[in-house]
Amino acid sequence: MSTARLSFPRPPARPDQAPDFSAIVVPQAGALPVPPPDLDAGASRPFATGMIRVLDDDGRAVGPWAEYLGDLSAEPLLRGLRDMLRMRAVDRRMLNAQRQGKTSFYLQCTGEEAIGCGFQRELSPGDMNFPTYRQQSLLIAADYPLEALMGQLYSNDLDPLQGRQLPIMHSARDHGFFSISGNLGTQYVQAVGWAMGCALRGTGEIAAGWIGDGATASNDFHSALLSASVYLPPVVLNVVNNQWAISTYTGVAAGQSETYAARALGYGIPALRVDGNDYLAVIAVSRWAIERARNGHGPVLIEWFTYRVAAHSTSDDPTAYRPRDEAKAWPLGDPVDRLKTHLILRGDWSEDRHRQAEAEILDEVTTVQKAVEAHGTFVDPQPISPAEIFRGVYAEPPPHLRRQRQEMGF
Amino acid sequence: MTMIEALRSAMDVKLASDPSVIIFGEDVGYFGGVFRCTAGLQARHGEERVFDTPINESAIVGLAVGMAAQGMRPCVEIQFADYVFPAYDQITQEAARLRHRSNGQFTCPLVIRMPTGGGIFGGQTHSQSPEALFTHVAGLKVVIPATPHDAKGLLIAAIEDPDPVIFLEPKRIYNGPFYGDHSGKSVPWASHDGGEVPEGHFVVPLGQARVHREGAGVTVLAYGTMVHVAEAAAAAAGVDAEIIDLRTLLPLDLETITASVQKTGRCVVVHEATRTSGFGAELIAEIQEACFWHLRAPLLRVTGWDAPYPHAQEWDYFPSPARIARALLEVGKD
Repeated sequence: MSTARLSFPRPPARPDQAPDFSAIVVPQAGALPVPPPDLDAGASRPFATGMIRVLDDDGRAVGPWAEYLGDLSAEPLLRGLRDMLRMRAVDRRMLNAQRQGKTSFYLQCTGEEAIGCGFQRELSPGDMNFPTYRQQSLLIAADYPLEALMGQLYSNDLDPLQGRQLPIMHSARDHGFFSISGNLGTQYVQAVGWAMGCALRGTGEIAAGWIGDGATASNDFHSALLSASVYLPPVVLNVVNNQWAISTYTGVAAGQSETYAARALGYGIPALRVDGNDYLAVIAVSRWAIERARNGHGPVLIEWFTYRVAAHSTSDDPTAYRPRDEAKAWPLGDPVDRLKTHLILRGDWSEDRHRQAEAEILDEVTTVQKAVEAHGTFVDPQPISPAEIFRGVYAEPPPHLRRQRQEMGF
Repeated sequence: MTMIEALRSAMDVKLASDPSVIIFGEDVGYFGGVFRCTAGLQARHGEERVFDTPINESAIVGLAVGMAAQGMRPCVEIQFADYVFPAYDQITQEAARLRHRSNGQFTCPLVIRMPTGGGIFGGQTHSQSPEALFTHVAGLKVVIPATPHDAKGLLIAAIEDPDPVIFLEPKRIYNGPFYGDHSGKSVPWASHDGGEVPEGHFVVPLGQARVHREGAGVTVLAYGTMVHVAEAAAAAAGVDAEIIDLRTLLPLDLETITASVQKTGRCVVVHEATRTSGFGAELIAEIQEACFWHLRAPLLRVTGWDAPYPHAQEWDYFPSPARIARALLEVGKD
């Protein structure tokens, strides 16, 4: 008789059970040092299996990575807080708009705001992100006009993509944001190709690839890591581990891997694992990794450890597969609350000012939303010309597309 | 010049004249490719312009998409068209749509070269003709030359094109034209008009077919190796065939095709690829729509059989001059 049995990874808790994150080890803030910029894969093992954290449970910034950031003035931290509040307000308003039928689809990044907001503020003009659909926080922190962002969601005449793409599949070249594909993983190897182009052309720019924990299972994750390992281009490879791939528990993508970060070590790429709900850890590690890439030390992988508080998308109901209150039990807390606590502790912020800022930002976002909705929504459509379907399939329309456009009546 | 030398010359001309052109793929660097198409290019233009990649087709094309989006002009090689499938996602969902989906913010001026077709005893993984899997994709251009002259002119045009181009190289005629008789003596390109290739820069525009042989009896639509096999078949059958070498399958030169079929009233389509949903089906649909009232006989196809490409039975699979001749005589009956 065979003793071979298959493994089918299961989450620690299902909807009828209490949330259970007891298996997640949360190291003390400040425990890990700042490695030299030429860190190699072997020496990065403690960083790939541990977790870089700066903010402790009381909201103090502690340890070598806090020192690495130096004497921060309040300004960049307050800007980071406002970025996250703006992100949260946009998500809230757009989710609401979808519920009202004004757009066909939306997808929030609740709980993950610190990662994109912090990383983007450390990039320079000309650097290019290759994002997934849950990195709208990069656009917010790149000061991308909300009119364009919302216009895309409503597919109206403010949409820079003229209705061609599913809502949330933004493209914003001038804001360092590559065109999003719904086919997961493809962008990761493209980021490596873009970074190779930066090195070959000597532009001094870098690329940043983004992928979720679920899509690390895709073949292009391997393609990207192998290519980055072979050619050593200036690329930062980000893995946002938010624990869930729609309904699939992260263990199904991870298998027996120790961490997602540790996967890079087999490719000879150094990797760091970071508390993704800690805005200070995000900006510190982003700065270190981006500088390292720009200074010619090659690729680096960062696993941002976080939790997807929201549903996967407006087409998803997470209560069908995980405990309703799982987010509340998440051991790394909420990124907005943690930065707020830190700023209050520093004497640079207060509960009152926070409430006031939340209200002001929500007002600002709502005002833009109303103005954008005046250009048309799914409820009150002002359609873009159907002839747009044919524009840009090629640089010049070939005869068969001209014939088809005429057949359509344009 | 052989077709291999012509392709090499095209890449050499573009590497020398345009710093954004870059070439990579499996074995293409130091060694110069398993078919030698890139031989000497690394030595001449440097490792940053011509280099080897891991055996990872989705990376070859995925990296090229990232570079092309930035404004470079990668011309990458897939070692055999049979190996392209790991890159199919990157080609069809990414390269083909980048211009459209980003509303022109990002474009993809990229060439993907790959040896195609049979006739070299390659069995089922070195003989396939996957052109229809690319002509079905909006945003791609699909090119296949039948002579060294056209190979060079079309490849330069493809590298200069602002959109992604699938460049299929009929490997059976890399070194000489092939007339369908595998037991016969091989003929070098040196003895063929199509082997006369200009030095330096010249272009054969994409989207233009070529009348390979003028005739009045029946139109034959072919591309790649089959242009020459059809020529031999028509001669053997004594049919006054007008043979059209399509050269570009997407976008298709429908004007040249319909002018010929309206003149002859008869048409045979020949390709190596499997029959069902093959590119011949598209050609026949277009012809019946444009030429129905000129037709004097049913349109016929001579293609590979709907079976995996065989090894030992290759010459029972490959469309032979005899099969093509039978079709020419059949379609010629009143």
